[in-house]
Amino acid sequence: MATQEQEKETLDSVTIRFCGDSGDGMQLTGTQFTNTSALFGNDISTYPNFPAEIRAPQGTLAGVSGFQIHFSSNNIHTAGDSLDVLVAMNPAAFKTNIDDLKQNGILIVNEDAFTPGNLKKAGFIDDEDIFAPYESRSRIFKIPITKMTLTALEDFEMMAKAKERCKNMFALGLTYWIYSRPLDSTIEWLTGKFGKKPEILEANIKALKAGYHYGNTIEAFQSTYEVPEAKIVPGTYRNITGNQAVAIGFVAASELAERPLFIGSYPITPATDILQELSKYKHHGVKTFQAEDEIAGIGSAIGASFGGQLAVTTTSGPGIALKSEFMNLAMITELPVVIADIQRGGPSTGLPTKTEQTDLLQVLYGRNGESPIPVVAAKSPSDCFEAAIEACRIAIEHMTPVVFLSDTQIAIGSEPWQLPDLDTLKPFNFKFHEDPETFAPYKRNELLARQWAIPGTKGCEHTIGGLEKEDITGKVNLSPDVHEHMTEIRSKKVDLIATKLPPTEILGDETGDLLFVGWGSTYGAIRTATEKLRNEGYKVSQIHLRHLNPLPNDLEKIMRSFKNVAVPELNLGQLSMIIRSKYLIDAKGINQVNTKPFAVSDLVDEAKKILGEG
Amino acid sequence: MSQVQELTKADFVSEGDVKWCPGCGDYAILSSVQTVLPTLGIPKEKFCFVSGIGCSSRFPYYMNTYGFHTIHGRAPTVASGVKLANPDLSVWVVTGDGDGLSIGANHTVHMIRRNMDLKVLLFNNRIYGLTKGQYSPTSEQGKVTKTSLYGSIDNPLNPLSFAIASGATFAARTNAANPKHMQETLRAAAAHKGTAFIEIFQNCNIFNDGAFAKYLNKDTKAEENLFLETGKPLLFDGETKGIIMNLDGGKPKLSVEEADPANPGVSKSGNKFLIHDPSNEDHTLAYLISYLGSISDPENPAAMGVLRAVNKPTYGEMLHSQEEEAKSAKGTGSLKDLVYSKDTWTVKETAKA
Repeated sequence: MATQEQEKETLDSVTIRFCGDSGDGMQLTGTQFTNTSALFGNDISTYPNFPAEIRAPQGTLAGVSGFQIHFSSNNIHTAGDSLDVLVAMNPAAFKTNIDDLKQNGILIVNEDAFTPGNLKKAGFIDDEDIFAPYESRSRIFKIPITKMTLTALEDFEMMAKAKERCKNMFALGLTYWIYSRPLDSTIEWLTGKFGKKPEILEANIKALKAGYHYGNTIEAFQSTYEVPEAKIVPGTYRNITGNQAVAIGFVAASELAERPLFIGSYPITPATDILQELSKYKHHGVKTFQAEDEIAGIGSAIGASFGGQLAVTTTSGPGIALKSEFMNLAMITELPVVIADIQRGGPSTGLPTKTEQTDLLQVLYGRNGESPIPVVAAKSPSDCFEAAIEACRIAIEHMTPVVFLSDTQIAIGSEPWQLPDLDTLKPFNFKFHEDPETFAPYKRNELLARQWAIPGTKGCEHTIGGLEKEDITGKVNLSPDVHEHMTEIRSKKVDLIATKLPPTEILGDETGDLLFVGWGSTYGAIRTATEKLRNEGYKVSQIHLRHLNPLPNDLEKIMRSFKNVAVPELNLGQLSMIIRSKYLIDAKGINQVNTKPFAVSDLVDEAKKILGEG
Repeated sequence: MSQVQELTKADFVSEGDVKWCPGCGDYAILSSVQTVLPTLGIPKEKFCFVSGIGCSSRFPYYMNTYGFHTIHGRAPTVASGVKLANPDLSVWVVTGDGDGLSIGANHTVHMIRRNMDLKVLLFNNRIYGLTKGQYSPTSEQGKVTKTSLYGSIDNPLNPLSFAIASGATFAARTNAANPKHMQETLRAAAAHKGTAFIEIFQNCNIFNDGAFAKYLNKDTKAEENLFLETGKPLLFDGETKGIIMNLDGGKPKLSVEEADPANPGVSKSGNKFLIHDPSNEDHTLAYLISYLGSISDPENPAAMGVLRAVNKPTYGEMLHSQEEEAKSAKGTGSLKDLVYSKDTWTVKETAKA
């Protein structure tokens, strides 16, 4: 293929972002690059970023959609701080993303889209040399991607518009060439997708190959790059997003509980995928109920739980606000139901497609009365599988609603998932109560979990409800002592969950100068920062909390073994507030609410500041 | 059914005290329900009563069955979940005019349009009782209450018209003070497959006493109640009057005309009285009948009995059949197939480890 030898440079890791108009196919392009890299053997981490509008006006800043891939020959835990390569399909994409490009990074733009009209839509002034400020600090390739695509497809009997739509394949082919990626998995994918439309299939393949050969031919690139396979733990892998992993986790939990899965939900970004995914699994006995609103979603789930199913509802922050009254009903009736909160930027409608960790205090405290509800958080896309199972396990074994926390970054981000050995998953330990002689609705076991007798069980007829009740019999009783006793019992029941938790895992030494305490999607960034600091000789360790209520019993002791405790969160300091009030430990917040994940470099800098060396 | 042990009313009475106000219409409804349930041939443990909030919603505590006293307005959602989880249960929703038509109207619409297999008892007393006397969505305009000192300016809602317009496959009206009629209506609802919606006129003797007196008063009840009988003409007031339909400027309209004693089923003006057919697929006529005698139409009698009973698949049946179809098309799903689906790759021990 190559007419002359090109230099090939080997790199550890590379971060690319494809961005363009929401109709430009950037999510698809990114996904293809991801799958190819995963199959090639790199470790990968991705982060799509798209507008809240489905089709914002073409060419505008609001309509820019992006997909970021970090691929490496090492183990990686984030989608990358800054970009080695930015592919910008129009001026708006260029404008909104260029600041993330590294010094000396590669900028590839579709020259054809930089028309006066598009420049104006992106807010550039006439005759402005928009690339000038970046020429000294980046390698700019202005490529007529649209024209080249149309030329490549000259012989095809298709509408010009349809031909133009193949331009994302041209861009993909070009990046494949730069990073020495094989084309076959994308060709295979195209064949599966367009098998019944041979013309479109051929056009896409032609555009992909044209992009690949273009890189080879024009000699503009001084060298190509190679990112070798990563040393990955042996096993079988697939690429997975957090929302997919939650859905599969719920199905797994349903098998472990030997109860059918019922999901009552209302569509909301970024949680909708879970309902959509589970709707595909009817043949697994999954019942999906798209309710009339958020309230009905959880109401139906609570009804299904009363009826003896593994019941879940999925939502985001605004939906939690609506579900709160029902969460309290599940709490006081002590019924198992999992409420998955896929957090997004708030407050109010806020930033529906952006990421934040701002619902922690809402799920812990956003209800009337004393209302303890366990909270479990996932730390990465693939971790959602185990975290979802854990949430269901706690719900059923302890007879309580449980909140499962994820966020946009995890929900739509993806990473390779080492597929678990399903035989090692532990069945849930519970059974329905069927003996009328020993039955009382609020009679409890050693974990304080109440007896669960489902309608249809002869002789165990009983009524539950939201009014205060006395223990054991469950009879309505509003007297002072009963209320105090029940309040304490409900609180103690949640505290007892901590006795069942494994010791908290510490990355690094058990003592030192600084301990990062994190939760949720910040795991990868904190872990990478911890590794960097340790490599530089700092005595830094990391713990990452799966359980936010109850907190692990060994947490205080671990924190007290470090001179400093830092709590990085994508909020204004929610977990740090809890740690400070609960343990009287001077935890320092590292906080960010700019809709972006933490940059590793920022965490490193903040840690150094805390250590007095920043 | 023969194996079902003989049940009596006492089996459905719970041991605790009933705490409604003395003289409340709710007592009669409770008693009628407890009378009808043992006759249905359904084991006691298969009944589940789900309620929201309000006086009516205390009902499950007084039934010795499975019960769930949920939150304000949301009983239809919980009941839907219970029924979908356990299709062989007989699930009853107990609600009121405030619970089911104000805070929970949204859920009432969606339960009905889906044809969830639930029996719905809506106690209509046209007042908020548990919060001590504020106007409700069924209170008449001009009603003076603690929150409408100058008279309510809200347009009232007719529960049956609301249900029928939402696509109810079964809609009926009865009166708590007429146990015989109520029990017949409850039996008809129990026999229906799908959402069976019953509006029950119920007197609140504390905050809205006498709201339904004209339907019970010896002197007026004959002209105020239009008792419906399938296949029979719509007649009332000792069969001296009946309902005819005519077109008023192209708009169908029901009117009262005097019966012609010499010509059964026909009015003195020669119009044929409507024949009651609750199984009519088209709900236009049922809607018009439901509106008769409403607060906005006080000159006419109110229809009592089953206005509509049509046979349509329930949500649960359709959900179940989709599941069965998916299983027969794809085979029963296994977790392993789901986890180890396409697009996996294997990293071998030897690979650079």
